[in-house]
Amino acid sequence: MKIQDLLKERILVLDGAMGTMIQRHKLEESDFRGERFKNHPSPLKGNNDLLSITRPDIIKDIHMQYLEAGADIIETNTFSSTTIAQADYQLEPLAYELNFQSAKIAKEAAQEITQRDPSKPRFVAGALGPTNKTASLSPDVNNPGYRAVTFDDLRIAYKEQAKGLIEGGADLLLIETIFDTLNAKAALFAVQELFEELGTTYPVMVSGTITDASGRTLSGQTTEAFLISVSHVPLLSVGLNCALGAEQLRPYLQILNENASFFVSAYPNAGLPNAFGHYDQTPDEMGKQVEEYLKEGLVNILGGCCGTTPDHIRVIAHLAKKYKPREQLVA
Amino acid sequence: MNNNQNLQLSGLEAVTISPESNFVNIGERTNVTGSARFLKLIKEDKYDEALEVALDQVRGGAQVIDVNMDEGMLDSKYAMVKFLNLMAAEPEIARIPVMIDSSKWEVIEAGLKCLQGKGIVNSISLKAGEEEFIKQAKLVKRYGAATVVMAFDELGQADTYARRISICKRAYDILVNQVHFAPQDIIFDPNIFPVATGIEEHKNYALDFFKATKWIRENLHGAHVSGGVSNVSFSFRGNQMVREAMHSAFLYHAIKHGMDMGIVNPTMLEVYDEIPKELLERVEDVLLNRREDATERLLELAETVKGAGKKKELDDAWRQGTVEERLTHALVKGIIDFVDVDTEEARQKYGRPLHVIEGPLMAGMNVVGDLFGAGKMFLPQVVKSARVMKKSVAYLTPFLEEEKRLSGTSGKPAAKILMATVKGDVHDIGKNIVGVVLACNNYDVVDLGVMVPTEKIIEAAKREKVDAIGLSGLITPSLDEMVHVAKEMQHQRLDIPLLIGGATTSRLHTAVKIDPMYDGAVVHVLDASRSVPVASELISPTSRDAFKAKVKQEYVELRKDHESKQQLKNYISLAEARKNRVAIDWSTTATYQPTFIGKKVLVNYPLEEIAKYIDWTPFFQTWMLFGKYPAIFQDEKVGAEATKLFNDAQVMLSRIIAGRKLTASGVVAFYRAQSTATDDVLLKDKEGKQLTTLHFLRQQNKKAKDLPNFCLSDFIAPVDSGKEDYIGMFAVTAGIGLEKLIDEFKAKQDDYSEIMAKALADRLAEAFAELLHVKVRKEYWGYSPNENADIDTLINEKYQGIRPAPGYPACPDHTEKKTIFELLNAEKEVGITLTESFAMYPTAAVSGYYFAHEASRYFGLGKIEKDQVIEYASRKGMTLEETERWLSPNLAY
Repeated sequence: MKIQDLLKERILVLDGAMGTMIQRHKLEESDFRGERFKNHPSPLKGNNDLLSITRPDIIKDIHMQYLEAGADIIETNTFSSTTIAQADYQLEPLAYELNFQSAKIAKEAAQEITQRDPSKPRFVAGALGPTNKTASLSPDVNNPGYRAVTFDDLRIAYKEQAKGLIEGGADLLLIETIFDTLNAKAALFAVQELFEELGTTYPVMVSGTITDASGRTLSGQTTEAFLISVSHVPLLSVGLNCALGAEQLRPYLQILNENASFFVSAYPNAGLPNAFGHYDQTPDEMGKQVEEYLKEGLVNILGGCCGTTPDHIRVIAHLAKKYKPREQLVA
Repeated sequence: MNNNQNLQLSGLEAVTISPESNFVNIGERTNVTGSARFLKLIKEDKYDEALEVALDQVRGGAQVIDVNMDEGMLDSKYAMVKFLNLMAAEPEIARIPVMIDSSKWEVIEAGLKCLQGKGIVNSISLKAGEEEFIKQAKLVKRYGAATVVMAFDELGQADTYARRISICKRAYDILVNQVHFAPQDIIFDPNIFPVATGIEEHKNYALDFFKATKWIRENLHGAHVSGGVSNVSFSFRGNQMVREAMHSAFLYHAIKHGMDMGIVNPTMLEVYDEIPKELLERVEDVLLNRREDATERLLELAETVKGAGKKKELDDAWRQGTVEERLTHALVKGIIDFVDVDTEEARQKYGRPLHVIEGPLMAGMNVVGDLFGAGKMFLPQVVKSARVMKKSVAYLTPFLEEEKRLSGTSGKPAAKILMATVKGDVHDIGKNIVGVVLACNNYDVVDLGVMVPTEKIIEAAKREKVDAIGLSGLITPSLDEMVHVAKEMQHQRLDIPLLIGGATTSRLHTAVKIDPMYDGAVVHVLDASRSVPVASELISPTSRDAFKAKVKQEYVELRKDHESKQQLKNYISLAEARKNRVAIDWSTTATYQPTFIGKKVLVNYPLEEIAKYIDWTPFFQTWMLFGKYPAIFQDEKVGAEATKLFNDAQVMLSRIIAGRKLTASGVVAFYRAQSTATDDVLLKDKEGKQLTTLHFLRQQNKKAKDLPNFCLSDFIAPVDSGKEDYIGMFAVTAGIGLEKLIDEFKAKQDDYSEIMAKALADRLAEAFAELLHVKVRKEYWGYSPNENADIDTLINEKYQGIRPAPGYPACPDHTEKKTIFELLNAEKEVGITLTESFAMYPTAAVSGYYFAHEASRYFGLGKIEKDQVIEYASRKGMTLEETERWLSPNLAY
């Protein structure tokens, strides 16, 4: 069954945090390096995406846990798998392989679970992160016209990433944690270019990040402006994730609900971080807050971001079953 | 709720244009073609101040901000990107959506890559055909922008109702059905043209626009309509009241018919209900073409509104003032009618004629000078002021002579400046303008004219005891001549400041080549407006030493800078450069045989036909009004002046055409040609008899990958290719009769008309060259018989083939002109002669080669190395020294 049709019937559940789960393994530099990158010149600890190559067992296990918790869609471990983000680790040449491998692992996990219960098909969303550079903001306050990355740099990097994801087996693409809409527009440009070359299309999800109570993205756009800026592509869904907990995210989700002619997604953090930077909202606390979305019929896709675990997703999946999906606006 | 009828845009915030929205006003001041001030700020790299222009627009209520960087002298792409990036950093500006306005697709695309929000592209059209249109529309969509679509197709701009709707419908169908462009993201611009022009075909322009707008809104589902409103009132430039009434009445009807956005200057708008009833009726008669005599009736009323009504009272009012006030008014406004009466009155009041000059006339000219300095008066106006001044002085001259004769005394002499166009050069428009401006500022100008040899300049400077010498020149050999003058002045131990000006001169050349030759002050003067401050600083005893020291120091710095840059430049040997020639596979390339080999002479070519090919933008540049034609008329700063000037030019042009005041003649020829391994082109006649050899130069700077080292001979099939190839050449003039025409103006001290006549002759000569090139391509040589030649295509050089001229960047050696002239026998056939510096006389003349190959293009030779110069000298049979002198601006060593 196609995901577009499923979404008309029910709310689909997205998985939770990858980073939070990796942290539990307390991995060391050597785990990240493995045999292959034993002699790599720069430190690799913290390059979570690299684990898809050096510790695929851990990544697949995390995917399995989320699928077993009830996730319909799992995200590939590719948040930073662009040449631009991998430059921090001097691993630019690895970008395609990272995406291909990550998609392949996720696809294996999804297929295994789908086979157990074919009535509940599982999907792999190839994740395209924001990179660590912004195309519409200058990193230098004294030189506001300067840009550390250009549209074309991003377009090229994202195209390579998307190609790796699709060829590795991703069912759809998710451009996520967008804090600069111009980066996202470059990603959208890249995937459209790629689709044209491949002669086929894949569903595309877009998810922005509202950084604080100002209600704007880091690059200054309101939720509505953000929505308009990405609506030129026939998206599967548009939504919000990260930075805020479910409660803080609600007003902005409401704006998307009212204006978006696509399906709407949300995957908030497990509350706001505490003084040590940890997320300590329990699955039940978070569940209560997201249930408000469900009562109001705000979403079609629901999941978790930073600090969320398979336990959080289990609660969300349980709640999602009880409510009807948001009614899609007539496009 | 979301509604697909709505055009949604975004900056940092969302803008939704729905059927319920009020008219959307697009801010238009951040546009280099529409605002001289903005252009100046961008050109001077004052982006901070340019941002304030944008901020003013936002604060003034603009809902979308139009950014346009299309100007010939700008790197438009760079400026667009830089400005958009800076705007993005200003949240108050970045709040609203951007309209990226350019006629160049690459500029549009670069701009789209800077917008995080959803902006508007202005514009795309079917002008270059469907394929290009589809390609661009697809990309606009992919970048996530809406777009303005001009009602323009392969045949040109739509100017009737039928053409408007058929082009819009065709564009809409392609966009919606083939490109899958969202209909609500399409904004049609069905062309707002001037009405009440007196031309029959223009009568329906406004009505057709309204009808087309209504049709679009009713039939092209979802699409919007926009336009530039101020065009409509073009014919009433200078009559603000009528214009404002026309704008608001136009908008009133356009909005009623469905226009929902547009570029409007809010300060140029009258409230519809407050337009006087009679005026409104007549304006609407014109807009809606309600009666046969609508234009006449509006013109008639416009006169009373402007002239007979308000203006006449004003006219009378200034005549009521004191004689001093009247003289000042006449000078500032350039009104010549009452000069003799007022001068006489002043003479009687002041007793002595000199007191009139030093008193009220000088006071008046000071006002003119101040206004000009402050940018509140423009050159054409100043020239008219000078005419008033000259007339007044002419009136006083007999009295002065009489006084001198009686008493032998004279007043304090004004500072004297000698002006000359140097030996070998005949161009004097610029020099005359500077002369007029200086004279207006009370300098006594001694004008030695053109082709003045050094000895004569120095002799006159000594005899007349001048305070400064101004040298002018337009062609490159004049640069050397100026160096020569400076050397000679040094030799004779003069200490008179030297001013350098003219089209080929530059601050750098002055610093590097002229300044070191002369211990006296040497200053490059960029344009006429700078001549007064520079002259006054150089001459005033209180400032001259400090100013001289300051400029000398600046030039030392420039020289140092220049030297350090020189060392960085990379050049390759001539042999290497030849290996990197333009790669043309001659075995698969077709060459074109012209319809005749040999000469064809066109005597007394119809001027009215030539006039259609005039490119007006350079005409305005001659008058120091900067802006692109016709957008220059909309410019808030120089627009009104440009319109007046243009109207005067039209009057003069019709006089020239109707009275056959000028004769245009030309000669064109084609020869069989093949290129040699050493960058020469061998010419043969029809029978294959060797005629002569053309010599070309090759670029030697180190090129980026895939870029060739160009030489014009690359575009001609080589001897060893076995292909028959051809080259063309031409010489045209439109300046025969000019002398007689300007003598007439000189007799009346009418500098304005004199400069106007010369400038028009120059334009006609250029237009003739353009026209002839079209004829060559379509007919005489005939390699592009189906070329679609609208004026825009011509100005932007979008056709196949080039017509480079010796002395210009691709082939800077002026001496090659001699070969062309001998082959064409241009002196005898069309009456153009060459001076010793190979300048053409009459100056309103153009000559050059024709190359037909599709790869042929214009380029700049740049600097070349000694190996090539030595070889070139031997190819040409000239001495190395002589060759180096002719090529001095191009020597890399």
